[in-house]
Amino acid sequence: MRRNWNAIWLVARREFLDQLRDWRIIVPMLLLVTLFPFIADDTTRQAINFMNRFGGDLILARLVPFVILVIGFFPLSFTLVVALESFVGEKERGTIEPLLSSPLEDQHMYLGKLLVGITTPLVFSYASIGIYLVLVSRRSIELPSIYLLSLVLLLTFAHAVLMVSSAIVISVQATTIRAANLLASFVVVPVAFLLQGETVLIFWGNEDVLWYAIAGVTLLSGLIVRLGISHFRREYLLGREIDTLNFKQIGRVFTERFVGNAKSVRQWYAVELTSTLQQLRRPLALIGLLGIGAIVVSYLWVMVNIPVYLDLSPETSDRIKTLVGQNLTNLDNLSEQLPMPVLFFHNARAVVIMLLLGLVSFGTLGVTFFLVNMGLVGGVLGGANLIGFSPWLVFAAGVLPHGIFELTAVFLSTAATLKAGALLVTPQPDKSLGELFLLALADWFRVFVGIVMPFLAIAAVIEVYLTPQLLKLVFPFF
Amino acid sequence: MIETNDLSKQFNNNFWAVEGVTLNVQPGQILALLGQNGAGKTTTVRMLTALLSPTRGWARVAGFDVAKNPQAVRSNVGVLTEQHGLYMRMTGIEYLEYFGKIYRLDSQARASRIKYLLEYFGLAEASRRRSGEYSKGMKQKLALARALMHDPSVLLLDEPTSAMDPESSRLVRDEIARLRSSRRTIIICSHNLAEAEALADRIAIIYRGKILLSGTLDELKRQVLGPVEFEARFAEVYDAGDLNLPDGVEIMSRSETSLKFRVEAPQISNPKLVHALTSRNAPLVSFHEVPRKLEHVYLKTMAEAQGLAYAA
Repeated sequence: MRRNWNAIWLVARREFLDQLRDWRIIVPMLLLVTLFPFIADDTTRQAINFMNRFGGDLILARLVPFVILVIGFFPLSFTLVVALESFVGEKERGTIEPLLSSPLEDQHMYLGKLLVGITTPLVFSYASIGIYLVLVSRRSIELPSIYLLSLVLLLTFAHAVLMVSSAIVISVQATTIRAANLLASFVVVPVAFLLQGETVLIFWGNEDVLWYAIAGVTLLSGLIVRLGISHFRREYLLGREIDTLNFKQIGRVFTERFVGNAKSVRQWYAVELTSTLQQLRRPLALIGLLGIGAIVVSYLWVMVNIPVYLDLSPETSDRIKTLVGQNLTNLDNLSEQLPMPVLFFHNARAVVIMLLLGLVSFGTLGVTFFLVNMGLVGGVLGGANLIGFSPWLVFAAGVLPHGIFELTAVFLSTAATLKAGALLVTPQPDKSLGELFLLALADWFRVFVGIVMPFLAIAAVIEVYLTPQLLKLVFPFF
Repeated sequence: MIETNDLSKQFNNNFWAVEGVTLNVQPGQILALLGQNGAGKTTTVRMLTALLSPTRGWARVAGFDVAKNPQAVRSNVGVLTEQHGLYMRMTGIEYLEYFGKIYRLDSQARASRIKYLLEYFGLAEASRRRSGEYSKGMKQKLALARALMHDPSVLLLDEPTSAMDPESSRLVRDEIARLRSSRRTIIICSHNLAEAEALADRIAIIYRGKILLSGTLDELKRQVLGPVEFEARFAEVYDAGDLNLPDGVEIMSRSETSLKFRVEAPQISNPKLVHALTSRNAPLVSFHEVPRKLEHVYLKTMAEAQGLAYAA
């Protein structure tokens, strides 16, 4: 342990010294770190004047934590260049080979650079926040509580880890500093969006929810660090493989995996798809548990919380039933309002979106999207129960007929998305990150083409033509 | 010791950078790996440093398999890379200290090693200056000092004297020779044929990833250029028309004051040849071996590999 830490610190220390000796890093950063809090302080002053004139105490109370979050983010985005060029910069300057030829282990190099990449921006961020807090303490404005301040500082830390871990993955995979800098947008822009979401949470006033943001960002950062270490290969830093984008080979790898050894469609279904499904057993079990859990939790939440907000007296329930009935009288011509191909396309698109979200987040966002959908099902059943319908009957008549196919398709595609994400962060010495990505994608498409699409098509037919009739049979007053 | 068998490396685009390289370099031997740019020298060295994994074949360096025990290989190998790879904002002493720590030398060993290397390479005075301020030759010497820092049993040196002035080159050559005498196993990749000729015990010529020739300098000369040639010089015009040549001796060229012979077995034929000349009262001034350089061997081999005619 101590030996590992010594090796990591050795790499980190050299990088720290290198940065401290590079005025091109230090001078602009010092200028930004010291000037920006003054600008932010003046903006706060003007905001206070504005709010005092026109009202808006609630916004004013949340202004300082919001500004702290923004001030913390700026140095992170500027100093990202340190992490971005950590490996690719050494490669371009020719200093990487002596280091790679040394007995330093992969994780020592990786974690050493990660440590520097995180510490430098954090020092600048916290320094900037500190200056701002000193400046703003002179104003007649309520400063955030220690608890909220700690949460915002933790969020800044989580942002730093997320951005730097992503930047280092880019640095390992990129072939030139220029390419790495171009790819930086894929780090800065998503985190900027994330910041906007967190800002909403801050202004919303429910700061406890920020813990979810911190947990989510930390989980994602952890997965990215794992991805980075799993796919850190000395060979790829020096080899020729990553210099060329070989579309022919990309196509070959994908097709070989997708088709497998099958000679016919029947064989493909019998052998290849079956083997993929067998590999999906564990993720499918997990997704099944999570899905059912989301339905149950959402159902219970609706049952417990909605009556607190809504008056659900028998009169109100009747009024809601009438409203629902009025809306559902259109079920007769559902196929005209929502043609089957449109419904199929809508569902297939949702599944693809889940995949895309999953691929950029190692499966987590795809699973989150799935859980939200399952939560909606639970919510609808809870709502039905509250206004006096049997949730079992609603489920049996309104969800189950097409759900047998649709939910199966969604469960399978989500399990495949989760597996694809897990595959990316699993060390496989004989495969590059790009190769693993292609294999994961091909596996997902096997499930999508072989099962999900046909099932969604069948589900759409049932949902448009059969489910409305069943609902009318079960609930004749519609 | 370095042993390789059928060592091969294929990159993703189906390009074989190295194919079927079999080498055996014993402790106390220097192998010069010669070849054009892109011939596969660097890829071979990178496989021997366990930086690239072989696609086929195996290699053992300092007793460790490069594929199975890469960490042990790296701990026992000193590498001088194609680019010096110095950190420009570090001073010479900091740089060596850094690598000394990476190779886990204790502080006493580090200090004495750094002192020795800086003094040996004449960098002691500049040791507290940042390496970015060094001349090209000084940078190369510092990089070589880094490769020697942990006193490795195997050295892989890519162009060890490039960019050095003659004095420094001599210094480095002497150090390499000293390392050989202390039973180190050394591979030098070089375009400097004179240096390779001066230092190497064995030579391998690599072309498009394959070893075309391998052996001692004498073996290569005999193999590529044929039997050894000797020249007899005379003090005045001498007609050797009816000279009785021993078996295995052939006259290659003649002028009024010299004769060139190709001799199959010099140890047997040369005494007879000298005797034949002196017994005929030939005004013999000198009798010596015609110098044949590694350059001729290399250029002829390369020309043949490319299907070109070689003009000596």
